[in-house]
Amino acid sequence: MLVISITDKILICFKLLIMKILVCISHVPDTTSKINFSDNNTKFDTNGVQFVINPNDEFGLTRAMWFKEKQGATVTVVNVGGPETEPTLRKALAIGADAAIRVNTVATDGFSVAKQLANVVKDGGYDLVIAGRESIDYNGGMVPGMIAGLTSANFINNCIGLEIEGTSVKAIREIDGGKETLSTSLPLVIGGQKGLVEESDLRIPNMRGIMMARQKALNVLEPIDANAETTSTKFEKPAPKGAIKLVSPDNLDELINLLHNEAKVI
Amino acid sequence: MSVLVYTESEQGKFKKVAFEVASYAKAVANQLGTTVTAIAMNVNDTSQLAMYGVDKVLNVTNTQLDNFNAKIYANIIKQAAEKESTKVVIIGSSANSKYLAPLLAVELNAGYASNVIEAPSNISPFTVKRTAFTNKAFEFTQINTDVKIVGVSNNSFGLVESSGSATAEAFSPSLSESGINIESVDKVTGKVSIADAEIVVSAGRGLKGPENWGMIEELASVLGAATACSKPVSDLGWRPHGEHVGQTGKPVAANLYIAIGISGAIQHLAGINASKVKVVINTDSEAPFFKAADYGVIGDAFEVVPRLVEKLKAFKAQQ
Ligand SMILES: Cc1cc2nc3c(=O)[nH]c(=O)nc-3n(C[C@H](O)[C@H](O)[C@H](O)COP(=O)(O)OP(=O)(O)OC[C@H]3O[C@@H](n4cnc5c(N)ncnc54)[C@H](O)[C@@H]3O)c2cc1C
Repeated sequence: MLVISITDKILICFKLLIMKILVCISHVPDTTSKINFSDNNTKFDTNGVQFVINPNDEFGLTRAMWFKEKQGATVTVVNVGGPETEPTLRKALAIGADAAIRVNTVATDGFSVAKQLANVVKDGGYDLVIAGRESIDYNGGMVPGMIAGLTSANFINNCIGLEIEGTSVKAIREIDGGKETLSTSLPLVIGGQKGLVEESDLRIPNMRGIMMARQKALNVLEPIDANAETTSTKFEKPAPKGAIKLVSPDNLDELINLLHNEAKVI
Repeated sequence: MSVLVYTESEQGKFKKVAFEVASYAKAVANQLGTTVTAIAMNVNDTSQLAMYGVDKVLNVTNTQLDNFNAKIYANIIKQAAEKESTKVVIIGSSANSKYLAPLLAVELNAGYASNVIEAPSNISPFTVKRTAFTNKAFEFTQINTDVKIVGVSNNSFGLVESSGSATAEAFSPSLSESGINIESVDKVTGKVSIADAEIVVSAGRGLKGPENWGMIEELASVLGAATACSKPVSDLGWRPHGEHVGQTGKPVAANLYIAIGISGAIQHLAGINASKVKVVINTDSEAPFFKAADYGVIGDAFEVVPRLVEKLKAFKAQQ
C-alpha cells in the first residue's frame, strides 16, 4: 500500500510539472466557402456554409499533440462561441486534445474574445497558449497578442518553429523577407501558422479518435463581462471584375505596352 | 490630441510604408482638425516625413532599439501616445506592426482595426473599411473606445504629398522589460520581400519542378519584383515556406501580380486579390485564374516567360 501511495505522489508531482497547453480554436467557414451576407448586409450568412478548425489553429493544435506525445503535456482546446461551434471542438478532441472548453457567448470582436480567453488562461494556469496568427474569417490578427498582453505572458507572433525544454523556449518567427530565432521562457503565447508543423503532419481524425472524443469533457463556461471594443456595422462584396484582356503569346510587346501605358504598373 | 503614426524604419532609413501610413494619418488629422505626430526609432534623417503631412517627429535614439522587439516598441508607442494625448494611432501592416499592434491595444485599452484600406468613412462614430474573409469581402468596423488603433493595409492608401515642415523633438522613453531575446536573424539581403514589393512574380505547380525557377527569378529581377509561389509548391519543398501566398500563406497587395502556372484556386485567389493588376500565364484557357485576372496569356510558361524576360530587358533598356 505504502509503495503505491508513493508512486501516486510521484505521479501527482509529475502531473504538476508537465506542461499545460491551451490551444485556441476559431470556428471558421471552410476555405472554399462562398461568402454572403444577410439582414441588409449586416450579418455573415452561415446558410450552407461548412465550418472547420481555423487552418492556422490546426497547425498549432498539431504541434501541441507533438508536445503531448514526445515530451508529455496536457492539451486543452478552447473556443469562444455558441453551441454551434461544438462540432469543431469535438473534431479537435478527436485529433487528440484531452479536454475542451467553450465559453458560451457570441464572439463579436477580437478584444472581447481575448478577454474571455485571458480569463480561461488565468483560471487554468496554462504554461503555453497556442493561437493562430489570424482567423481566416475576420482576419483580425489580434487575439493571441491581446491574450499575452492581458496575462503578462511572453508573446511570439508568426511563429513557425517552437521547442520547449523545462521553461526555456526557442522559437522561430517569420519576418518580412526572412526569419528570426528567438529565445524566451514560459508562460508564453504564440500566434502560430504553417511551419509549426508541415502540411503532411496534419491529422485526419480516425474512428477511434472520434469515438474517444465523445467521452472527453467539453466544459461550458459562462462568459465574464467584456465590452466589445469594435463593432461590425456593414459588409460589402468586391465589385464584379471587368473582362480580362487576352494577349497572344506571340505578341508580348502588347502585354508590356498594356502594363506600361494602360495599367501603369511597370 | 494629435494623430500619432508609427513610421517604420530599417537600418536608420524609413521604409516606404512609413510614408503611406503618414499620408493616411494626415487624412485622419484633417478629418479631426488636428495635427500629425510621428514616432520613429533610430532614424538618421526624419525630415522626409514633412512631405507626407507630419507636423512633429518624436525620434527615439537608442542602440538597444536596433533590433525590433514588439513589447518594447509597443510600450514606447504607448508612452508617445500618452505624451501627445493621442486619440488615434496609425500603424502599418508589416509583420512587425501586426506583431506589436495587439500589445499596444492592451496597453492603451484601445480598439484595433487591422487591414484598413480607406480613410475613415465616418469619424463619429469612428468607422473604417477593412478587408475581411481574406479579401472575399469588406467590413465596416466601428471602433468604440476612446483611443483607437488603425492598421493600414500595405499599398491601399498610397502616398499623398503635402507641403509643410516637421519639427523634430528628442524623445527618451523608458524601456520596458522585453522577455524575448533575438538569437539570430536570417534575412535574404538584396531581395525585395513580398510585403514590401510593388510587383510580385508568382509561380505554381505548372512549373513542374524546382529546377525551373531560374526564369521566374530572372523575370522578378528584371521587374525588381519579389518571388512567390502557390501552396503545393511550398508543401513539395520546391520553394521556401516564406514564399507561399494565399489564404493560408502570406497576403499579397501588390500593384502588379503575375501568376505563372497557377490554376487560381479559391484559396489562392483570396490571398492575392487585393493586388491592383493581375496577369495570368497558363496553358489552360479554362483555368479559374482567367476569371480573376486583368490580362492573360494562354500559353506555355516555358516559352512565354523567357520571351517576356527578353522583351522586358529591351523595354527597360529604352526607359
Ligand atoms: C484549407 C486549404 C487552404 C489552402 N490555402 C492555399 C493558399 O494559401 N495558397 C494556395 O496557393 N493554395 C492554397 N490551397 C490549395 C489550393 O486549393 C490549390 O490546390 C493550389 O492553389 C493549386 O496550386 P497551383 O495552382 O500551383 O497548382 P495546380 O492547381 O496544379 O495548377 C497548376 C496550373 O499550371 C498550369 N500549367 C501546367 N503546365 C503549364 C505550363 N507549361 N505553362 C503554363 N501553365 C501550366 C495548369 O494549367 C494549371 O492551371 C489551399 C487548400 C486548402 C484545402
